[in-house]
Amino acid sequence: MPQQTDYSYRPWLDADAEPFIKLRGISKKFDEFTAVDNVDLDIYKGELFSLLGGSGCGKTTLLRMLAGFETPSSGTIYIDGVDMTEVPPYARPINMMFQSYALFPHMTVEQNVAYGLKRDKIPKDEIKRRVEEILSMVELSDFVKRKPHQLSGGQRQRVALARALVKQPKVLLLDEPLGALDKRLREQTQFELINIQDQLGVTFVVVTHDQEEAMTLSTRMAMMDAGKFQQIGEPTEVYEYPESRLVANFIGSANMFEGRVTQSDVGHVVVTSKELDVEFYTNHPMSIIEGTKVWVAVRPEKITLSKTSLDASTNQLKGVVVDIGYHGKTSTYRIRINNDQIIEVSVPSQKRPRGERHSIDWDEEIYLNWDQSSAVVLMK
Amino acid sequence: MKQRRSTFILSMLCFGLAFLYVPMILLIIYSFNYSKLVPVWGGFSTRWYTVLFESEEMWAALGLSLRIALVNATFAMILGTLAGIALVRFGRFRGRTLFSGLITAPLVMPEVITGLSLLLFFIALSHLFGWPQRGFTTITIAHITFSLAYVAVIIQSRLSGMGTDLEDAAQDLGARPLRVMFDITLPLLAPGMIAGWLLAFTLSLDDLIIASFVSGPGSNTLPMLIYSRVKVGLRPDINALATIMIVMVTIGVLLACWLMIRQKHLLDRDANTK
Repeated sequence: MPQQTDYSYRPWLDADAEPFIKLRGISKKFDEFTAVDNVDLDIYKGELFSLLGGSGCGKTTLLRMLAGFETPSSGTIYIDGVDMTEVPPYARPINMMFQSYALFPHMTVEQNVAYGLKRDKIPKDEIKRRVEEILSMVELSDFVKRKPHQLSGGQRQRVALARALVKQPKVLLLDEPLGALDKRLREQTQFELINIQDQLGVTFVVVTHDQEEAMTLSTRMAMMDAGKFQQIGEPTEVYEYPESRLVANFIGSANMFEGRVTQSDVGHVVVTSKELDVEFYTNHPMSIIEGTKVWVAVRPEKITLSKTSLDASTNQLKGVVVDIGYHGKTSTYRIRINNDQIIEVSVPSQKRPRGERHSIDWDEEIYLNWDQSSAVVLMK
Repeated sequence: MKQRRSTFILSMLCFGLAFLYVPMILLIIYSFNYSKLVPVWGGFSTRWYTVLFESEEMWAALGLSLRIALVNATFAMILGTLAGIALVRFGRFRGRTLFSGLITAPLVMPEVITGLSLLLFFIALSHLFGWPQRGFTTITIAHITFSLAYVAVIIQSRLSGMGTDLEDAAQDLGARPLRVMFDITLPLLAPGMIAGWLLAFTLSLDDLIIASFVSGPGSNTLPMLIYSRVKVGLRPDINALATIMIVMVTIGVLLACWLMIRQKHLLDRDANTK
């Protein structure tokens, strides 16, 4: 990564920048169950931060603590420098978009959006102006008099967004904002969300279980498991340099080879797998004590397939094609190597295969290669 | 085969329905009987309705029953709603299980026991404080104790079906808890509350056993009047009275059902089109 002197777009790289949201030692216990376990987190102004993880990992509990619906068992929440830990939800400068949208069924679109402003005792004409403004921004000006059940899923989602944004909160929390939409609408809405966030400069905190959604939306993302953060970073950082097998497997998929470090120099390590009887050369920034048990992780799209053996300076394995999944723009090959492990390789459909259905066919013997900069060495 | 099975099922259904409703239909038909002898058909007439409407005793009983039913339904609705909200929304407060049991116990308690225990209670109270006089007050209080349970159950099931998202959202938008209650919770519960009110109203109008235990001299409710007259002998004007009561209760129950179904539809529709 090139170092920048201007940190305005990436304030998390600036050691002097003051975070907008600060969580310090936050835990939440429900009886015996610890949903969130002693977590620290910094989120900066104007970020679009994603909390990512499987169900039950504590991401929703964390979001609900930010909104004020749950009180932390211990720890402190600062928002814009103010301690908000004990402040009830109605007094926080934060609004939330619910997964269910939670539109009031007995109110029209207009009344739904105006509800928050009315609570703040804002003059009537200003409420009217702001409601009109935000509804035209989400392109719902023609639906003001409709009740929520008369709207489509996508329209409800936009009403929910408008209702949360109209109060101009310091932070907007979004719980699975696109979860209920179909695939095409979801992709389109992703970019709309980013545009709106850009226009208003509000800090977004998004909870999602969809890793692609998180990578598309976020400035940074945090991967959670069992109430703790596994890794926090920019999408490219988390995807290209996962810190653990858990992260590598949850965000995208990865092929893992177990082995021991047999040689370690500045810049790269050699990992030997006894089972496979091969050595893997992998770039690694730090040296590792020889003999340490590690895993070499390679993403499916970083492996190339060839019918002939290449020179031995790259990492090479030999295997047999057992399955081919054709997706159109890519194909996934499942290849069995000599310890019966199945390796997934993603091959772009750059050329149209001539004659046969696939350029490499079932049961064919094949060589797998990857560059030493493409893999990562994981210690846990 | 399929044909035969469906005719079997159909005939069972007809038999079942006939078993339940033919007696009531007969009663309604015989209320329009001209003859003074109840089981003998003497031609169509509304004379027994006229006799009935001229009976002062009947008007007094009807008036008392309606007054009790109205007051009972209103109190039961308010208390039952509060109990339902407490049970669903206040989390696991201390003694919640006990409270829940106490609320629903009257649903399964034999009416004779409820009636007897309430009678003893009222007697003890009037010995100690000279209050209450047995009659309107005691019957109403007795009715509230059991109708409240029905309302609480209806409200409880509505609330737990609703989830907390809507109330959370209102709080998130700046509404304080009391505001949330009036803006969101109560409007969404309104159909359930009205259904509960109607149910409590008809339950009270129907009750004979508990009312007989706790009523005092000169305070006869309508079911008590019917029962005491039938004990002396069948009279055609009682058929007319019973017909009126059937109609009133039917309207009440149908209204309550319609409201409950309508609210369920509303909730389902919101859930489906998410």
